[in-house]
Amino acid sequence: MSYKGRAILRDAIYEARASWAFVERNINLVKRYWGWEVVWLVYSIVNSLAVTFIGAGMEKISGQAVDSDYLILYLLVGTLVWSYLSVVFNSISEMISWERWEGTIEYTFMAPVRRFTHMIGTTMFAVFYGILRTLVILGAIVLFFNISLSNANLAGAIVTLLVGSISFIGFGVLASILPLLFPERGSQMTHIVQALLLLVSGVYYPVETLPGWMQSVAVFSPATYVLEGMRQALLSGESIPGLLPNLWPPLVIGVVCIPVGLIIFSRAEKYVKYSGRLKRSG
Amino acid sequence: MNNTGLNVTNVTKTFVDRKAFNLNRLWGRPAKTVTAVEGVTLRIERGGVVGLLGPNGSGKSTLVRLISTLLIPNSGYIEVFGHDVQREELTVKTLINRVSVEASFFKKLSPIENLLYAARLYGVRGKEIKLRGKEILMELGLEESRLYQPMEKMSRGMQQKVAIARGFLTSPILILLDEPTTGLDPRSKRQVQAFIRELRKEHDATILLTTHDMTEADVLCDRVAIIESGRIIAKGTAEELKGTVVEPEGDKPTLEDVFIQLTGKTLQEKEMGKNEL
Ligand SMILES: Nc1ncnc2c1ncn2[C@@H]1O[C@H](COP(=O)(O)OP(=O)(O)O)[C@@H](O)[C@H]1O
Ligand SMILES: [Mg+2]
Repeated sequence: MSYKGRAILRDAIYEARASWAFVERNINLVKRYWGWEVVWLVYSIVNSLAVTFIGAGMEKISGQAVDSDYLILYLLVGTLVWSYLSVVFNSISEMISWERWEGTIEYTFMAPVRRFTHMIGTTMFAVFYGILRTLVILGAIVLFFNISLSNANLAGAIVTLLVGSISFIGFGVLASILPLLFPERGSQMTHIVQALLLLVSGVYYPVETLPGWMQSVAVFSPATYVLEGMRQALLSGESIPGLLPNLWPPLVIGVVCIPVGLIIFSRAEKYVKYSGRLKRSG
Repeated sequence: MNNTGLNVTNVTKTFVDRKAFNLNRLWGRPAKTVTAVEGVTLRIERGGVVGLLGPNGSGKSTLVRLISTLLIPNSGYIEVFGHDVQREELTVKTLINRVSVEASFFKKLSPIENLLYAARLYGVRGKEIKLRGKEILMELGLEESRLYQPMEKMSRGMQQKVAIARGFLTSPILILLDEPTTGLDPRSKRQVQAFIRELRKEHDATILLTTHDMTEADVLCDRVAIIESGRIIAKGTAEELKGTVVEPEGDKPTLEDVFIQLTGKTLQEKEMGKNEL
């Protein structure tokens, strides 16, 4: 191997090791805060169940015949996909606020780690953790409802979810800049962003139900496409070519947001180091 | 090879006072600023130990953060073993580490888990971290059972020992010790000081140590710089500085006397003054 090739390989190994630091640390944090993990998981399961029961109860609520099984699956896809996307978004967008809260942020920023590596590590954990949590919730829900996926295109659903993850990673990177710039309010701002996405993206209802102006906001939310695509794949068994209209928008959003997010992040980091906002005292 | 470990040249750092900031802007007045470090020039030879001595709020931590790439100066430049802190940020980061007054750990994680995270970021392998981390912590007098329990259950003294282990595990060639013994009980303080002395003997580390403890500076450092309101007002070996003082009756002068002579106040009066503000 050429000298340059070897240097690049050495660099890659080094960066991989450093990104593992973030994964391992987060796994350890989950273990040590296991009480909260249980509470949060129970809350998520109950929340998903409650939403899904709306589907089961629709016939009683409306007094008319409805396809309850379809409705249940419709709502279930909404609650699970949203739960997964939220975990990915939160794990990334909170990487700064969490460390600020623990007080370790200066040590992480002093370390010889590229911000890209930092994001890779955080993202690997976020996706792995999000999938695991969602599977646990799904497992619990299956105990209560008779869910048939005979119509589903599972491969299409997995592709949709993976592509959707890329867009939410991008949004997470962008959102993580807020806590960096605004130590006191940044974390609250990211929660508002998340709440708006929940409202406009058609998590529990078709986007067409919304007033016109909200529908035009929905166009910019990657979750809109991920949810639509997941429903087409799981409820109607849509093939992958048929899913394309819902695959390329989140892909484009992700491919644009991740590098743009990283660039803005490093600008913000410079600004924060210039103004002394990284940490106030000590 | 360059023989200068740390080169700080004419560095100034100003902060905008954020409380006064908005109000002033409203009236079209320029924002109020605090100059934390002003025209500081400091040089440490490779392998040297320099003490930065000054009261609370004199700019010690700001200078340490400027060297650690956590703050960007308004003017002046800093080099670590010939590498510019701003232009070669990543290289400089591999060469340095820091121990600060606040321990700054993941509270629920154990010392070993914290060390694994912190040192892996520097490319140290997990196996080595566990081995050497344990070694350093035992040397500092931490019980083995503590290594695997959450940090929040530990006293400040014990946490500070873990901070020292974190600082040294990555084998930095420039180490920044920002008041490493402030707030420790006398016994822990002596243990930490002994460890630093030991390191000086065995390793080739260059050290900048800030403190407001005159005796500590006297005992641990080759040379001392006194900082006051962001400016360095005296530099030299402890003996040289003491030599500038008019001998008080009978006793030999101490660094405390130097400080009084230079600022007209004792270190304690300085700190009281700060508190009244
Ligand atoms: N990030 C910051 N933003 C605003 N002011 C700061 C910041 N860091 C330090 N200061 C101010 O700069 C001065 C020097 O602080 P510092 O360097 O922490 O002193 P020391 O470490 O000697 O106690 C103080 O007046 C402090 O309030
Ligand atoms: Mg300080």
